[in-house]
Amino acid sequence: MIKEKIFLFFIKSIVLIITIIIFGIFGYLFYNGIKVINLDFIFSMPRNFMREGGIFPALIGTFLLITLSITVSLPFGITTAVYLSEYKPKGFLSDIIKISIKTLSSVPSVVFGLFGYGIFVNAFGFGVSLISGALTLSILSLPIIISSTLEALGMVPQSYREASMALGATRWETIYKVIIPAASPSILTAIILSIARVAGETAPILFTACVFYQEKLPSSLFSPVMALPYHIYALISEGTDPQIHIPIAYGTSVVLLTLVIFLSLYAMIYREKRRKYDKIRY
Amino acid sequence: MNNEKNKILKERTIEKIIFIFSLFSIFSLFLIIMILFRESLPSIKEVGLIEMIKGREWYPTDLENPSFGFFPLIYSSIYITILSLIFSIPLGLSLAIYISEIASEKIKSILKIIVELISMIPSVVFGFVGVSILVPFIQKTFNLSTGYCVLTASIVLALMATPIIATLCEDSLRMVPLNLREASTALGANKYQTITKIILPAASSGLFTAIILGAGRIIGETMVVLMLSGGSAMIPESVFDPARPITSAIASEMGEAVKGSLHYSALFAMGMILFIISIAISIIAEFLSKRYSLKLGKGR
Repeated sequence: MIKEKIFLFFIKSIVLIITIIIFGIFGYLFYNGIKVINLDFIFSMPRNFMREGGIFPALIGTFLLITLSITVSLPFGITTAVYLSEYKPKGFLSDIIKISIKTLSSVPSVVFGLFGYGIFVNAFGFGVSLISGALTLSILSLPIIISSTLEALGMVPQSYREASMALGATRWETIYKVIIPAASPSILTAIILSIARVAGETAPILFTACVFYQEKLPSSLFSPVMALPYHIYALISEGTDPQIHIPIAYGTSVVLLTLVIFLSLYAMIYREKRRKYDKIRY
Repeated sequence: MNNEKNKILKERTIEKIIFIFSLFSIFSLFLIIMILFRESLPSIKEVGLIEMIKGREWYPTDLENPSFGFFPLIYSSIYITILSLIFSIPLGLSLAIYISEIASEKIKSILKIIVELISMIPSVVFGFVGVSILVPFIQKTFNLSTGYCVLTASIVLALMATPIIATLCEDSLRMVPLNLREASTALGANKYQTITKIILPAASSGLFTAIILGAGRIIGETMVVLMLSGGSAMIPESVFDPARPITSAIASEMGEAVKGSLHYSALFAMGMILFIISIAISIIAEFLSKRYSLKLGKGR
């Protein structure tokens, strides 16, 4: 039938066009970025107001922001998921916790930035600093960690819990020795995915943590940092010399993109394998 | 006996600790609302919330007569959101139909990975791509004085929202029970008829939810509009005009607003409005998806 042929052709060509656009864009980005990337670009300090040298402080800044924010949000995230999955899946308070998580996950990232600016930078007096940015990011990543940990815990079969209880283990022993170990690979994947997401966030650190140019690495929790995503933005908006700054922005984008894609691809492939394995095992 | 008691005590303590930790998300949400409210209070008292929303002029830094009208900013946000939805709905929906109904298993899994990867790409990278490729292109093609305009921002936002809308649409297409497809095929319908007459109508409210959630994402997106929409706080008259949506105004002005000033407070009020809009969108979507899953049962 002619109508069906046209319809299928239409759908297929749209899919093809999207794929071509996406690969075209990122091919172009990599083509331009690869030119400036070398060891010196990645591992050296910027010099002469970002005209020479590399992006090492931005890389370290992003690394510190991620590590700190995950360190803060992980204990809260996992315990919340454990509570909702193992202790009280239903009930008034659990419903309220679930609603707050849902609400938190729908808050735009710039509002987190505002919040962090209002509370950590101003009210607590931390100033524009590593710790303000990391705390802001940790609240942003909280709902992501909770919902993926909940999913991971939900995949552990009920028979594990029953078997453990039947052997005389208490609830905590069951959680600690049976459920968490069984769910830990999936939890790990979830953490890697949320790291990939947090690494690229710009709006929350825009006015809580970041500066454009720093010749030294941050010396304490209270010093401002450079970060990869903010660096791309700053090079475009504050860069005075496009001839020099645009190529650096290409290079920084490629570094950030490689980091994010590598982390997510690793987590996603691992997750697919795990799902297949779980299907056979359970 | 004593040992037993200790064990129970330990269990109880651990449960208490876990319980207290799990209150943290309620606590953070409460803090966010409190901070937004507290910091925006001075401007609400001074200017009035309704006045701010209605006000058509946004000159927060004018020394003699500053005015805090959010209308152009809210208008720009909605304008850009609708325009990018117009681009991204056909793209996202086609992608979803292809993945869910047409593609073979192998292509399906590859496409799903690609779609998820694209949705992980940081928005600032999309913004940068827009600045370096699309801005000069739009400027040349339409012969404009600047390529930073509503159209540019909407196209890049649409590209960003497409994977999100595609994923959500694909989820709701998959919810359509298999027996509907089988019945339609058994009656001699071809793929085109099955998709347009059976699957899309059955999934319609799910698709609608997907679009609303997509709109929520687009309206809260900051970096792309900050880098591409041009930044003029006027009411845009055409797609070629520059604009300043809410998120872009907050992000670009917060750094320079003096702490404790009316401008500072007005930006928080704007954040509160954005917060309320996003929550309203997610509540509507939640409501719709509940009704949808009731209608279709558990799906296949």
